[in-house]
Amino acid sequence: MARKVLLDKAHIEGIRYFDTYRKNGGYAAAEKALKELGPDQVTEEVKKSGLRGRGGAGFPTGMKWSFLAKPEGVPRYLVCNADESEPGTFKDRYLMEFIPHLLIEGLVIASFALGSHRTYIYIRGEYAWIVDILEQAIQEAKHHGFLGKNILGTGFDCEIYVQRGAGAYICGEETALLESLEGKRGNPRIKPPFPAVKGLWDCPTVVNNVETLAAVVPIINLGGEEYAKIGVGKSTGTKLISACGNINKPGVYEIDMTQSVEEFIYSDEYCGGIANGKKLKACIPGGSSVPILPANLLLKTAKGETRMMTYESLSDGGFATGSMMGSGGFIVLDEDQCVVRHTLTLARFYRHESCGQCSPCREGTGWMEKILHNLEYGKGKMSDIDLLWDIQRKIEGNTICPLGDAAAWPVAAAIRHFRDEFEWHVLNPEESQKRNFGIAHYADALQLA
Amino acid sequence: MAEEIKTIKVTIDNITIDVAPGTTILQAARMIGGDVAPPAMCYYSKLKGSGGKCRTCLVEVSKGSNADPRPMPKLVASCRTGVMDGMEVKNITSERVIDARNGVVEFLLLNHPLDCPICDQAGECHLQDLGYEHGKEGTRYEFKRRTFEKHDLGPYIQLHMTRCILCYRCVFVADQLTDKRVHGVLSRGDHAEIATYIEKSLNNDFIGNVIDVCPVGALTDRTFRFKNRVWFTKPVDAHRECPTCSGKVTLWQRGDEVLRVTARKDEWGEVKDWICNTCRFDKKHAGDWVIEGPTKINRHSVISQGHYVGLKKPKETVAAVMGGREPKLLMDIHSVSEVNSPGIDLGAIPGPATSDTFNPNPKP
Repeated sequence: MARKVLLDKAHIEGIRYFDTYRKNGGYAAAEKALKELGPDQVTEEVKKSGLRGRGGAGFPTGMKWSFLAKPEGVPRYLVCNADESEPGTFKDRYLMEFIPHLLIEGLVIASFALGSHRTYIYIRGEYAWIVDILEQAIQEAKHHGFLGKNILGTGFDCEIYVQRGAGAYICGEETALLESLEGKRGNPRIKPPFPAVKGLWDCPTVVNNVETLAAVVPIINLGGEEYAKIGVGKSTGTKLISACGNINKPGVYEIDMTQSVEEFIYSDEYCGGIANGKKLKACIPGGSSVPILPANLLLKTAKGETRMMTYESLSDGGFATGSMMGSGGFIVLDEDQCVVRHTLTLARFYRHESCGQCSPCREGTGWMEKILHNLEYGKGKMSDIDLLWDIQRKIEGNTICPLGDAAAWPVAAAIRHFRDEFEWHVLNPEESQKRNFGIAHYADALQLA
Repeated sequence: MAEEIKTIKVTIDNITIDVAPGTTILQAARMIGGDVAPPAMCYYSKLKGSGGKCRTCLVEVSKGSNADPRPMPKLVASCRTGVMDGMEVKNITSERVIDARNGVVEFLLLNHPLDCPICDQAGECHLQDLGYEHGKEGTRYEFKRRTFEKHDLGPYIQLHMTRCILCYRCVFVADQLTDKRVHGVLSRGDHAEIATYIEKSLNNDFIGNVIDVCPVGALTDRTFRFKNRVWFTKPVDAHRECPTCSGKVTLWQRGDEVLRVTARKDEWGEVKDWICNTCRFDKKHAGDWVIEGPTKINRHSVISQGHYVGLKKPKETVAAVMGGREPKLLMDIHSVSEVNSPGIDLGAIPGPATSDTFNPNPKP
């Protein structure tokens, strides 16, 4: 059994409410942080824990916190990024829905460490019912003196506000989120200046993912060094993985990063194998933005090592033969799935969600979608595949925010690993429309012993 | 300069220049001038917050600074990146930059209608210049281009959204020059459009400046629409006493008729002084203005065709150069060719000239 520190209590009856949460050891970390540790020590513990941002980029959280500018007389803000809209990612929703007080407690501790007296949760607009859950949790925490004025008699004031987004994926990008929070159009800002210097209302701001902030609670409870012992190497702690696709048991799993990818897919503790006795064809290990990997490269790295569910192992081999941990949206494709159709779906998503601010992303995402549409519906040409490759190459790295990269990577990886399937679509336009799958020779017969 | 200001060194395309701290790479490159300056479609030095969107000004930073000499991994938007001491930048000397810029130009032209023959901006269009320098001869885009309806934004301005490249300059102008912005960007992605909320008209004393800042023909002057091509008109600097603005303008004349009034622009196509709507749209008689003289136009511009500004004729004649010797005529074309004989007056011939016209011995 893997060690769990986030979801270990998530299924206790009534854990959503303050009383049950408190009875089960809740808010002990907040008490410890505010009464025993100072703000700097909390930051120090987070640094020691080696916690990496759980939103996708994997930037060390302690370092992010220490970058926060602290000029005199200027307020500082902490913003919780709950705008979870990446296709395939639903871990934050699970966490907020089942154990909202864990997030509130993490926010109190992080606000204390950063000196934020007004903390915002920017939540995806579609999570309407979770807003109510969070609002109730905030009211309960306030009622019991863990929020509001003079928290636990330490003289620290903090208020948490929940702000709903309006259904734009781009508002999950931290600077677009801040723009949206200020009431403007959610266009990403041009960096630098980074939010740590000029963020919300031009004040220093830290933007963290829900899971990152929730993980602060076990870090304070266990101590940073103890927390760092969970996991492998630089991938410390536990990670929530939202598994979906053609697997027997889709859902949110907490892993301590000691599992191999093979174990994660085939063991009954996690995904429980591929559904309907099919074979594994490919997998996107970290949410729709990261490169897709064929089965042979997914289970073993190019060097022949077993691929583990860690930040390092998943990105082993770079984009040529590896992928990324990303946000932990684990999408599994079985042998019947068509990679071209799948890539078209993703391209359509990114076209729809591009903010339209910078030209490569605005025009390039639409162009890629149209070409993929032609390929999928039997109107493609051989030259279209090279054209797609050229378009994604010209989008990647040339845009303001990472959405351009996120749109380019899936297309690039699909062509890199499944070029023959694209070619098959061009050569067999009629057949490719009749059956909804391409060629299945990537399907791997590997089974867990 | 009274005070000694500390300057920092930046090298762009192997040319080193001293600039003040806080200068952006693009501004430093413009100080050097010439081909080193990257093109900019969305950046406008007089508008705060502009730039970074069109990505045509991408450059490669091959050395971050003296303190941190690591190169920047991605190409950066030069208009929004400040220079550091000892920074080394590659613009036209970097193949990566040229490749990325060609890509950006292709993206910008992807949904652009390329209706230059009927566009009022043609001749002074930044996208035309950019396409001329970096564009391909053909397009790889095989789909229908996106189109929008034309909209009249009030009595003076017409919005032709199909041509727009979403540089946001007009949004910044309305934000920073007028009290209240009534237009902005609606929708997102490739269906984003400049629009007013529920077909409002743009009504402000300075709103006419959105026409000048528009790099393409998306916002055009309704009082000038289809009146003339830009290169047939003669730009003249003029001024008048204006209670609301500086009154310094460029008149675009044909004969004595004033066809259009715009603000004066500098060598980078940026407005020098904002002008008010009264000067721009209402004062269309040469008598309203004090003429200062012809506007200097870059000799590469199509507008300067036929205007030989600063033409220097050689003083000495051929005889003076050759020490008094007259040039010797080695062969007179008329002695070997019968065509176009000087003895025949073409004007006197009925109908077009034929070979028989020049034949001294016409066939019976």
